[in-house]
This record gives sequence, structure tokens and C-alpha cells, in this order.
Amino acid sequence: MTATQKRIVINRIALTLSSLSAVVALGFLFWILYVLVSNGINALNWNIFTMEGAPPGYEDSGLKHALVGQLILVGLATLIGVPLGIMAGTYLSEYGKNSRLAHAIRDISDIMMSAPSIVIGAFVYAVVVMPMGHFSAWAGAIALGIIMIPIILRTTDDMLQLVPGTLREAAFALGAPKYKVIMDVVYRGAKAGILTGVLLGIARVGGETAPLLFTSFNDNFFTTDLNEAMPSLTVTIFNYAISPYEDWQQLGWAAAFILSMFILGLNILGRLILFYGKKRK
Amino acid sequence: MASIIDIQDECALHVRDFEFTYKGASAPSLKKITMPIAKHAVTALIGPSGCGKTTLLRSFNRMHDLYPGNTYAGEIEFEGRNILAPKEDLIHLRTKIGMIFQKPTAFPMSIFDNVAYGMRLQGIKNKSELEGRVEKALQDAALWKEVKDRLKHDANGLSGGQQQRLCIARAIAVEPEVLLFDEPTSALDPISTQGIEKLVIELKERVSIIIVTHNMQQAARVSDYTGFMYLGELVELGHTEELFVTPKEKLTQEYITGKFG
Amino acid sequence: MLDKIFHNMTRFSALLILFIVAWIFVVLFDHSTEAMQAFGFDFIAKDEWAPNVDKFGAYAAIFGSVVSTFLAMLIAIPVAIGVAIFLSEIAHDKIKGFFGVSVELLAAIPSVIYGMWGLFYFVPIIRDLFGGMGIGLLSAAIVLSIMILPFMAAVTRDAMNTTPDILKESAYALGGTQWDVIKDIIIPYAKAGIIGSLILALGRAIGETMAVTFVMGNVHHTPTSILSPTTSIPVTLANEFTEADSSLYFSSLFGLALTLLVMSFVVIAVAKFYFLRKVRKGQ
Repeated sequence: MTATQKRIVINRIALTLSSLSAVVALGFLFWILYVLVSNGINALNWNIFTMEGAPPGYEDSGLKHALVGQLILVGLATLIGVPLGIMAGTYLSEYGKNSRLAHAIRDISDIMMSAPSIVIGAFVYAVVVMPMGHFSAWAGAIALGIIMIPIILRTTDDMLQLVPGTLREAAFALGAPKYKVIMDVVYRGAKAGILTGVLLGIARVGGETAPLLFTSFNDNFFTTDLNEAMPSLTVTIFNYAISPYEDWQQLGWAAAFILSMFILGLNILGRLILFYGKKRK
Repeated sequence: MASIIDIQDECALHVRDFEFTYKGASAPSLKKITMPIAKHAVTALIGPSGCGKTTLLRSFNRMHDLYPGNTYAGEIEFEGRNILAPKEDLIHLRTKIGMIFQKPTAFPMSIFDNVAYGMRLQGIKNKSELEGRVEKALQDAALWKEVKDRLKHDANGLSGGQQQRLCIARAIAVEPEVLLFDEPTSALDPISTQGIEKLVIELKERVSIIIVTHNMQQAARVSDYTGFMYLGELVELGHTEELFVTPKEKLTQEYITGKFG
Repeated sequence: MLDKIFHNMTRFSALLILFIVAWIFVVLFDHSTEAMQAFGFDFIAKDEWAPNVDKFGAYAAIFGSVVSTFLAMLIAIPVAIGVAIFLSEIAHDKIKGFFGVSVELLAAIPSVIYGMWGLFYFVPIIRDLFGGMGIGLLSAAIVLSIMILPFMAAVTRDAMNTTPDILKESAYALGGTQWDVIKDIIIPYAKAGIIGSLILALGRAIGETMAVTFVMGNVHHTPTSILSPTTSIPVTLANEFTEADSSLYFSSLFGLALTLLVMSFVVIAVAKFYFLRKVRKGQ
């Protein structure tokens, strides 16, 4: 075999192996999705949405408490994380720009995006739960909010920077003060991107379990009291799935299915917005 | 129609009714090009942006095949066969028709390894053969003296002009029949440009050269034949001095006198 | 006037990030001092985690973290590189789009779901193949590798895509095959970005909790074999934080959290500053 013929064979093998790994990776995705959907749909019924949690073995148990709790926690976290994240991202893009401080903030924020979320939970435990003396929705929301900030900060920073400098200059040339330039021109220009960032941030935070484990803890019963432990979908999945009770495990699958659909839905929505935003340009 | 002279000497390549359509395009970018390419001569392709000269150039070594979806019709004859045929061995073709790009493209490896790359691909392993051919290629590219003491150094340490000459050495090391130059000096300073142009003229003794250039003066300095293209068509092909001094087509004359860029 | 307020609000928010990060370190450090003073170096060196007698040596958890992550990397890296090559060089158009989106969606699935799937579907397979309980180091490593794979593939692909087209074309123009171009041009060119991406994924994997908690076993001893149930730092924290009943216990857990934070912080920072200067995700 000539050297070139050998290269062609090796090329074939290498490309086949690569494609194989892609198929394997996709295979796992479909396996997990299939398991999720088939178990989840099987376990779905109206009770899930109307009934609260109950001890194992009860006929009428559902996930209302966990669903509402999740919405409360994520909603609160969004109220905390999004404004702070957008403001911080605005600072980086519009004021700090390339200063050493801005770079330091970007770098630290980037690192935090990949840092373990359970550590954030431990931190919030120390500064919120311990002084309060008990678990609370506040603690959970704060933990999620802290996780959210770097994500929103980064996307806002990136998206605002994409707005052309000439747009800003045109506004300044008309005599607008800086904050008005930012709010009226820059934000508007980056609207789609920022929205996508927010949706992706919510999706990311909505799937977190670890930081809630000892901040909002969990609860089997419906509550809207923010000063108490708050049930969440994610921790409920964990507790129910790991339990030895079959009906709880079923509920766990239903919860997992609902959670995943919600998160995948947010992801897809976010990408669609970005896609159509680009298309219009 | 187009004014295309008859090449009396031998042809390295012959393009016949060549049509090229980019993927998803509604109309062809190259419309029925017929063009002989003289052997051991420099043929320049000039024309305004978007006229298709680079598209045509990249068809000669079937570079477009890297991006599936393009379609072509017609024939490009080389060494007695149509290289547009589906069964054409592209790897072999590209060792016979080499290419130099718009920006210097030194590989992330040493100077020696860069020049030896094509030869190693062909399976040449013998150390002394490699060393001999690398030295010869670098000498032919007028780079040997400058790099002979640092062959093991990273090629990225060279200046832009040196890197482009390195790319030329790399291309001629595999002893091709034809060399395609795609605006090779557009990223270089005037002195390096001069060096490359000198090289092109020297190299035509051994390879047939097609050079795409935006710079008419460069075409006038360097080439034996010049082809003027416009909107995907070959408008005129002639001896360089004749085309620039007494162009046969009105369009050619307007381009040369700067009526449009 | 409003201008000043706006400026200050944004600056405050930005500085808040730095402040929070610093505060996290301070708080964790603060709460660990009791354990550090009580055990000193033994805290990380000794495999003796005995809550009932208030003795805490976290070697087992650290060992579990390091080894499970290392094994997960061994499995995930070749596959991720294969997927990255497929996505950046082999797939065309619609397939590329489909696979690319699938990979990103995989990355979006919450880790607790990976854990659940792992427990109910993967563990029985390991049990059938190898005997034992099925939960343990091996299962955790494999589930972890599947969990980290999409992220790793995506960032590695991004690194490879920074290779300029004309550089690749130059190699093809000399008669190179796709694999020649991948191994001689793309990988050397994007070397820093690729290694950085892999290390970044490592940093993430170290802190992974939920995918691993379901299948690791939560047995606080160093594993005797690859099938032994064991623990890791995040798994210990997840399972024991709400059960701690003495201040020394709590302090030890905070010490673990601090150890974990430092470990992942260092790994991620190394990836970022040393390797990932060129590649920015999302661009």
C-alpha cells in the first residue's frame, strides 16, 4: 500500500470513529429523553397539578406544592438576579469597557459560572439560614439569584457590545445624556439578546438542586410563606426518586418530566428569539 | 463576444465551456468560460471584485469540493483528462496543481516541517532525501539563506513576506506542474511584494503559473498572458503587453483605464 | 444628575459580584476554622469520618472526588473530541445543525435527571455486568462523564472552529485528507483552546453534585475497588449538611465546601488564564 493509500484508509477510520462518538452521544440523549418521557407521561395525571404532596401510599397526592414552590423560588431568584446582572453587564459594556477592573470582574464572573453550585448553598446557609435559625424560601432564592448573576452579566455584556458604536454616537450627537443613550438606544438594540440571556439564565437556575438542599430545603406541603422552607420541584425529585416508595418514585418521574419540558422549552424559546432577532437584521 | 487568442505554445490546462454555480445560488458565478492556459508561462487573471477570477482559480485544484453543494458543468483538461470528472483523484491532482493563498498560511510547525509537509504526505521518509529537497525548495523560493540556521524554529516567527515565500517553498517542494496564486501579495508590504513577483517570474521556467491579482500593474509586470474577467465571463485573453496597450474589447479598455474598479 | 445615579447603580452592581465572591471565601473560611484548628492537616489527609465521635478526616471524600472526576475525564475526553471533530469538520449543514442543537439541549438537562436515569437504568446494568450493588465509583464516573460530555464537546468544537479556513485549505491544497488536516493543522493550531476546554470541563465536573449523588453510594470510606460505594465532596455535602448536629461537624462540612471551592476555582482559573485566551464562548 502506498503512503497515500494508507492515509486514505486511516482517514476513513478516523472519520468513522468520530461519527460513531457523535452517534453514541446522541444515543445517550435519546435514551435519557425516552426514559424521561415514557416514565413521565405514564405518571402524569390531573392530580399532579391539583393535589399537594402527601406521605407515601396516599391515593390523592400530587405535585402542586412543588410546582408552585419552584415557581416562587425561581421567580424570586429572577427578581434578584436579573436586575443586578443586567446592571452589572451594562457597567462592563458601557462604562468599564476595557479597564482592568472590568476585565477582573468579567474573569471572576466567568469562573463563578463554572463553580460548584453546592458551595453557594453552603455560603447562603451560613449567611441567611443560620442567622434566621431556619430554612426559608428567601435563602433558596438568594442562592439561585447568586448563581444567576454571572450568567445574566455575561450575556448582557456580550449583547450590548454587539450594538454598533455608531448608534451610540448618533444618539450622543443629538444631545442625549449617557443613561438615556443606554436605555433608549443600546438596550433596544440588544433587546433580543438580553431576553435570550435571561431565559437561558432562568433555565439554568431552574434546574438546580444542590444549592436548594440546605437553603430552602424542601417541604411536602403546600406553602407560600417565604419565611419557611419551600418545596421545590428539583429537591422533590431528588427526595422522591431516592425513596423506596413506588408511588413517590412515580411522582418523581412526573416531576422530572415537567421540569425538563419547562427547561428545554425555555432553551428553545431563547434560541428562537435570538434566531429571529438575527433574521430581521 | 470574447476575444481569446490562440495559444501557439503548449497548454498546461484547457478550460472548455466551464460553468460554476455556488450552492444555493440562483445563477452561475462562472458562465461558459473557455480558456487555454499556456505552459511555462505566467497567466494573470484580472477584473473587478466579484468577477469570478478567484472562483475560477479555485476550480483548477477543485478546492470548491471542500464545500459540498456547488455544481459545475463543462470541462477542464489537464494531462489529457478532464479533472472535473467525479472519479478524479483529488489528492493526486492537488500534488500536481498547487496553491498559494491571499494571506501567508504557515502551518503550526517548524520551518523544516512546513516545507517537508507535502512530501511527507506522499510517504517520503528518507531523511537525506527530505533534507535535500527542503533545501532546494527553500533556495528556489529565495528563502534558504535567511532560514538555514533555524530550520527547527517555529514558522510563525518569520515575517509576512518570509512566510509567504515559505508557503511557496512548501508548494514547489512537491514538484507540481501548475501553481495557482490567489492574490499572493495583498497582505504584504511593497518590498516583500517585489520579492514574490521576482520569484513568480523565476518559477515559470519549471511550473505553469496562474495568478489572480487585484493590482493591474502587478499583472503587467509579472505575466505573459492576461485574462480580463467581468461578471463571471472571460471578456478577453491576450498577450499581456497587447492587452494593456491595445485591448480588443471596450470593456477591457474601460477597466484598464480605471472607469470602474 | 440621573446620569450619575445610573452610572453608580451599574458600578455598584458590578462591584457586588466581586464582593460576593470574596465574601463567599471569607465566610467559608471563617466557618472552617474550628475544624482546621481541631484536626490540622489530618482534615484532608486522614480517612476517618466519624460523626458520632466528632472526628473528621475527609480523605475519603477528597479521594472520591479526584478519582471519580479523573475516571470520568478518561471516558469523556476521547468521546468529546470525537464529537467535536464530527461537529466542526464532518457534519454538513442540516446534520450539523441538528447535532449541534442536540448537544446543547443535552447540556441543558438538569443534572438531577441524569442522576435519576443513572440510578434506575444504568446501575442495574452495572449490577448485571459486574455484580455487587451497582452503585459506586464506576457508576458515578460513567454518569459523570455522560453529564460533562455535551459541555466538553461544545467548548472543544468552539476551540477547533477558531482555525482559519485558508490554513485548512492550504493543507488540502497539498493533497491532505480530512484527518491529515485535523491532526496536523487544526489540533496543533487550536491546542491551547482544546486543552483549556478540557480543563474547564474538569473544573465543572469536580463540583457536580446531583448526577453523582444518586449513584455513588454515600459510604464515607475510600473505595477498595472500582465497584465500591464511596463518596465525594459534593455528595458528602448534599447528604450530610442537614444532618450535622455538632458545631465541629458543621465546621468540617464548611471545610469541605471550602476545599471544593478552592479546587475548582484553581482548575477553572488555570484553564481560563493559561489556555483560553483566544476562545470566547458564544462568539
